[in-house]
Amino acid sequence: MVSSVLSAAALLAAAVQEAAAAAPPPTVSPADTAWMLVSTALVLLMTPGVAFFYGGLVRAKNALNTMMMCMAAFGVCGVIWAVVGYSLAFGTGGNYLGDFSFALLNNVGLDAKGTIPHVLFMAYQASFAVVTATLIAGAIVDRMRFGPYLAFIGLWTVFVYAPIAHWVWGGGWLSKLGVLDFAGGTVVHINAGVAATVAAIVVGRRKDFGRQAMLPHNVPFALLGAALLYFGWFGFNGGSALASNASASQAFAATMLAPMATLVVWMLLDYFRNKHATAVGAATAIVVGLVVITPAAGFVSPQSALFMGALGAIPSYYAIVWRSRTRLDDSLDVLAGHGVGGMTGALLTGVFADAAWGGTNGLLHGNPGQLLKQATGVAATIVYSAIASFVLLKAIAMVSALAADARAQGRGMDISQHGEEAYTNGEGALLVLETVEAQPAARPAKVATAGGVA
Amino acid sequence: MKLIVAIIRPDKLNDVLESLYRAEVKGLTVSRVLGHGGETDAVETYRGTTVKMELHEKVRLEIGVSNPFIEVTVRAILEAACTGEVGDGKIFVVPVENVYRIRTKEKDEAAVTPALH
Repeated sequence: MVSSVLSAAALLAAAVQEAAAAAPPPTVSPADTAWMLVSTALVLLMTPGVAFFYGGLVRAKNALNTMMMCMAAFGVCGVIWAVVGYSLAFGTGGNYLGDFSFALLNNVGLDAKGTIPHVLFMAYQASFAVVTATLIAGAIVDRMRFGPYLAFIGLWTVFVYAPIAHWVWGGGWLSKLGVLDFAGGTVVHINAGVAATVAAIVVGRRKDFGRQAMLPHNVPFALLGAALLYFGWFGFNGGSALASNASASQAFAATMLAPMATLVVWMLLDYFRNKHATAVGAATAIVVGLVVITPAAGFVSPQSALFMGALGAIPSYYAIVWRSRTRLDDSLDVLAGHGVGGMTGALLTGVFADAAWGGTNGLLHGNPGQLLKQATGVAATIVYSAIASFVLLKAIAMVSALAADARAQGRGMDISQHGEEAYTNGEGALLVLETVEAQPAARPAKVATAGGVA
Repeated sequence: MKLIVAIIRPDKLNDVLESLYRAEVKGLTVSRVLGHGGETDAVETYRGTTVKMELHEKVRLEIGVSNPFIEVTVRAILEAACTGEVGDGKIFVVPVENVYRIRTKEKDEAAVTPALH
């Protein structure tokens, strides 16, 4: 009896050893888990960062609507990600799309995915999906109705973001091709920049576009937003190593250095063009620098990160100058910041990538082919994102108008879409009580309006 | 010589300024005011309480004009500020005793004639 138990145990142990020798079972690393928990929270902070960045740049009457477009993505895109988005992006699937094996977060448990729990990997990717959808808002603020906007970003997460995430990170065709995208230059920034441009065109221009200068109502908010983005981006890029290791440290340093260089070059460009280094320009420069280094953060040396940041300022700066002379109403320059910035970053990754720093060699290290691969990734993302976003918007437009009418835009999107104001002074506001018994006996029918002037 | 005081919708200010510019009316003062002229109250909601906004944001224009410009100015504002709904605003034409331009000490008609640069 005893001997048979012992022999069974021995057999089991032998089987376990055999399995271990064949393929060591993935284990969860506490250190990696700790860093990824922090990174996930950092990336989640980027969504309010975008809300403040965009919210400060719009007019006062649209401030709440703009910030709500960002904050609401937590709800809509977060839930959709859990229901189906994660599975479509990271399920095994094929070259172009995942599958439904993780739908409704089935099979997403505490087992190791790499060296962190699978559930944490899913949460980290969810924070990316939310912030990416948020970026689109910048092109259609001041005019797109809230309902159709939510429908668009929800569908976009499923039909545009998830497939492209699968191509690059989920084992799809771009990753097999060898395209380098460390933290989402193509998946997040080019993708969102292109979708935003398409949305700006399909939704149409703002009521007073081209007649009235639409000035930022709170530049300190824009700077606060840029600062929150900078902070959160250490999780976005540093966390993309998916481990607490040298690669994460390298990405962290690159993420710190690149926007610094961008800021210096941007202020110089601003100074030579306008005789002033502007605060809105500085906020934009920080975001552009972060976008440019995103695909390269874990593949280039710190020196290259500085160069990339400095070079990256130029295309985006002139894209903004060019855009403001066109009839394209990309309200907050998502195309210039994220689209052009993302393309610059993706292509420069093919130039500066260095095998000694964790990447594949790029052009500067004797491998011009990498630049071609990067260009393929860029082109594929542009084409798919533009076509799919266009189709989604046109489909929504068949059900409901995309843009608010001129009257609603004139009163402001805060009142027309949300029934709230960002900066109400409360004068002339009467409390409406719904319960009959709680009504005060005598309330003046109207507040004193000094003779009803208007 | 009259002082024209116009209360208009804030979202119509741009149209009115453009219209006045076309009518060559130059020199005006603009202020943000709160007012009520019988339009439907806007209803807003804050933390579960429903609030009726009885005072609406309006913009007040004050324009000192010489006699030949009275009709032109009023017409320009009437056309540009109108949406046809309650709450479009009012124009008051008020008699003025004297006008002085501080810089040149000019008086009356000369003071409301646009300065040449």
